[in-house]
Amino acid sequence: MSLDPATVRRIASLARIRVEEAEVATLQNELNGILAWIEQLNEVNVDGVTPLTGGAQMALKLREDVVTDGGYPDQVLGNAPDRIGDFYAVPKVVE
Amino acid sequence: MLTDLTIEQARAGLRAGDFTAVELTMAHLHAIEVLNPRLNAYLDVRHDRALDQARAADAALAAGDARALTGIPLAIKDLFCTAGVRTTAGSKILEPFVPPYESTVTANLLRDGAVFLGKTNMDEFAMGSSNMTSAYGPVENPWKRRQDESAVLVPGGSSGGSAAAVAARLALGATGTDTGGSIRQPASFCGLVGVKPTYGRCSRWGVVAFASSLDHPGPFARTVRDGAILLGSMAGHDPKDSTSADVPVPDWEAACTRSVQGLRIGVPREYRMDGMPSEIDALWRQGLDWLRDAGAEIVEVSLPHTKYGLAAYYVVAPAEASSNLARYDGVRFGARTDGAELRDLYERTRANGFGSEVRRRIMIGTYVLSAGYYDAYYLRAQKVRALILQDFTEAFGRVDALLTPTAPSAAFGQGEKMDDPITMYLNDVFTVPANLAGVPGISVPAGLDPNGLPLGLQVLAKPFDEATMFTVAAALERAAGFDALPTLRAGGEG
Amino acid sequence: MSYTIQGRTGEWELVVGLEVHAQVISQAKLFSGAPTAFGAEPNSQVSFVDAAFPGMLPVLNRFCVEQAVRTGLGLQARINPVSRFDRKNYFYADLPPGYQISQYEHPIVGTGSIEIELADGSTREIGVTRLHLEQDAGKSIHDQHPTKSLIDLNRAGVALMEIVSEPDIRSPEEAGAYLRKLRSILRYLGTCDGNMEEGSMRADVNVSVRKHGEPYRTRCEVKNVNSVRFVMQAIEAEAARQVAVWEDGGAVMQETRLFDPGRGETRSMRSKEDAHDYRYFPDPDLPLLVLDEAWIETLRDSLPELPDAKKARFMQEYGLSAYDAGVLVAEQATALFYETVARGRDPKIAANWVTGDFFAALNRTGRGIEDPPVSAVALGQLLDLMADGTINGRIAKDVFEAMIETGKDPGAIVAEKGLRQVTDTGAIDAAVDAILAANADKVAEYRGGKDKLFGFFVGQTMKAMAGKGNPALINETLKRKLAG
Repeated sequence: MSLDPATVRRIASLARIRVEEAEVATLQNELNGILAWIEQLNEVNVDGVTPLTGGAQMALKLREDVVTDGGYPDQVLGNAPDRIGDFYAVPKVVE
Repeated sequence: MLTDLTIEQARAGLRAGDFTAVELTMAHLHAIEVLNPRLNAYLDVRHDRALDQARAADAALAAGDARALTGIPLAIKDLFCTAGVRTTAGSKILEPFVPPYESTVTANLLRDGAVFLGKTNMDEFAMGSSNMTSAYGPVENPWKRRQDESAVLVPGGSSGGSAAAVAARLALGATGTDTGGSIRQPASFCGLVGVKPTYGRCSRWGVVAFASSLDHPGPFARTVRDGAILLGSMAGHDPKDSTSADVPVPDWEAACTRSVQGLRIGVPREYRMDGMPSEIDALWRQGLDWLRDAGAEIVEVSLPHTKYGLAAYYVVAPAEASSNLARYDGVRFGARTDGAELRDLYERTRANGFGSEVRRRIMIGTYVLSAGYYDAYYLRAQKVRALILQDFTEAFGRVDALLTPTAPSAAFGQGEKMDDPITMYLNDVFTVPANLAGVPGISVPAGLDPNGLPLGLQVLAKPFDEATMFTVAAALERAAGFDALPTLRAGGEG
Repeated sequence: MSYTIQGRTGEWELVVGLEVHAQVISQAKLFSGAPTAFGAEPNSQVSFVDAAFPGMLPVLNRFCVEQAVRTGLGLQARINPVSRFDRKNYFYADLPPGYQISQYEHPIVGTGSIEIELADGSTREIGVTRLHLEQDAGKSIHDQHPTKSLIDLNRAGVALMEIVSEPDIRSPEEAGAYLRKLRSILRYLGTCDGNMEEGSMRADVNVSVRKHGEPYRTRCEVKNVNSVRFVMQAIEAEAARQVAVWEDGGAVMQETRLFDPGRGETRSMRSKEDAHDYRYFPDPDLPLLVLDEAWIETLRDSLPELPDAKKARFMQEYGLSAYDAGVLVAEQATALFYETVARGRDPKIAANWVTGDFFAALNRTGRGIEDPPVSAVALGQLLDLMADGTINGRIAKDVFEAMIETGKDPGAIVAEKGLRQVTDTGAIDAAVDAILAANADKVAEYRGGKDKLFGFFVGQTMKAMAGKGNPALINETLKRKLAG
């Protein structure tokens, strides 16, 4: 499976990373190099193997339904690059 | 010199009143002032805060209220969020970020009285094995090649700043994180002990995430026992991390003094790879001899899927990273590059804020999760991961620990192995399987290569059996008697 | 008499599936300890977890899991002992981590069903495909600033149950009945308040059309419709649009659309167009959710009586019609009100009063069943006063109005206003005599065969007695005297 320039652009778009036209070819080469190397996984017989999805071999622990957090809008907003009042602000979104 | 002490010695000296925590901290701050401009190990030195903590430590010592780390000066990898102290993860995108909270691991260290000297340099978002991907410049390895003292070597990565700081005597110990070898490989490159505990031992809460199922916080130290002391403080169940294990933290210092007599040590034959430098192979054999001489039984074992570990890792880690790093979008924290529309803002913010390696990995991760490719890449990699865990489980049915080299080479020069990403990725070939399986590992400095550069051996143990890991590591340490010093160090000729 | 859409080329059948997002009633959010209360100051109910700060991790709320399991049990559904949380990746300003934690491959609840009742009295089973837990997003406010959208994360991370139906729905009426029934079950269980106007229950509607006997054609999803009525309207509008597209030789494109209630039409939603590759994968921060079978059984045993069971019991125990029973069980509070009134009394009279005068009073006063203008106990006392002959049915209506106005109990009103029914035969004889004497012409007509005039005499007599005469005695006296 080899990436074409359109796929490189589509991935960059999905990942919300701006890619200049001049960078596409280089990226395409690098990504294809890595993907080709990853292809070695195809040598492994994985028939009937249950995928290992996480690092922790345990059941999920649960917490009680108690309010223990929140109530600090100044801290939540304190690192914001742009805010208006107690809101985060972004360029207007048209739905 | 105070900066040459081990944590164990410093702890005794402080309690005996041989010196004060302020003196110990001042000695380190002074050394940092002298050496850090060259090494670039620290991104941010917290002079005043460290002295305040040292004064509090002296008060506690005077009051007879000394804890495990009271007055011990440490360096903190800049991946750990520290309340009120800028935390960048080595990235431009977090340049302005000041977390209002303290990570669980660093909070545990503070609870035990530690003094934080500052935040250390690292590969951006912990993605790298050389510290070359940091947005804040590379770190110089304090070790020099005998024949070529002018060559600037890398400290390894991603926790390169922490490793260089501890090696150069700019801290008694440090925190790191290990996602594919990011503690053990730089420990090997810098002649240190580096510990990656079992997945779930140290809370990930407050640690900037790279790949959640592979990220392991752990310590750097100059002795195995110091590593045990630090890990003992960092570890413990944290209800804020759903993957944190609710298991007791044993006395690992005691484990360091136990004998390996009767332990079965496995030698995974698949780790003997084509093209491995002969000195590494020789050191490995030497390590096995040391353990045999100390009474351990050496057993050959097979970890047949080892060779696929790296490829599986370079699917799983970028996949998780592509999702974990989606939050850096210029809206709630961090750097923003403005755009006419929200989409434009996202794309510019992320293109400008992330370096090339991070962008590359996000794109690989996005691709392997995307429609039509998930099964071929991500799911297959997770199945290979299951097979790697199965390899370990079967091996640990026969042996108590495994001994392997830590890295396939000694420290290399800045700018080397940069031609294509895969050459760099190969650095992690011996360390990555333990991350995929979640088993604990430690790198112990065991010898020097022909250039006089340190080489480490890695001990792997069963999940949550760090005690055996420390026992074996301490035996290696005693046998190796590693006492070489880096060229650049506090009070050294550098 | 199934629902069809008449097109130029013939009849079309409607195929609808509903995805309902129901906000779980809980104190704290699904994965953080921040509060869930509605209407707080912006960003005041937000934790660092909700705002996806670096290094923050999710921890699952046990009560939200319990609510999802209880809802699953209420939908007669299979509870999956092992389920998993996945990440759904997409960028949006009110989705701080850039992914929603949801359950994709392995939901907590599997297949179930909902029985709906239609106006003609028939019932149908609508299949439930699954129920899963996921996080709500924050809110983007687009109309407060000329060039910027404002983001409030108070809602971000609140637990949602997404309840997905099979494409079994065949008419707008069925869709409405499904939503009302689902809402009723959720409210009975106390797992969601079902308030569509406030957005605590929202529906995405999947609509397609086909000719009879055809396989499914392409569907469109109409997102975030916020009332039962709008869902029904949106289905009609979207179905009509699709029929027109097909009949004009075009093809319906699979897309996300919005319903504009003002124009009564749906329109394409541009902003979601490129968001279709969600790159789901298991959330590595959350191990598998494993439920204890014994715990599930404890929850099953503690479920309240649900609408279907209650309806059957009302019909059987109280002899109510299916219609009356259905109306009375729609809301748990109404059912409780009714049973309080009916206990120890004539259940049919109680049902007539509750569904008649009492419901009318709720409408008129704009009050809800939780805060009724007349309590169930007081209404019961009123029924007792009728049953023991203290007042007649006509006076009871006046007393009921006075109860609404004054809040006093019926006994006090009857005593105060002297409304006690007159059963003194002397007084009734006198009143009847006076009416017959004053209407000699009508008496003659009646006796001449105009039976219908009997009601006139009853009314006149009752009026002369200020409504307080015992109707049975008046009837009997009139019959006797008119017979001459």
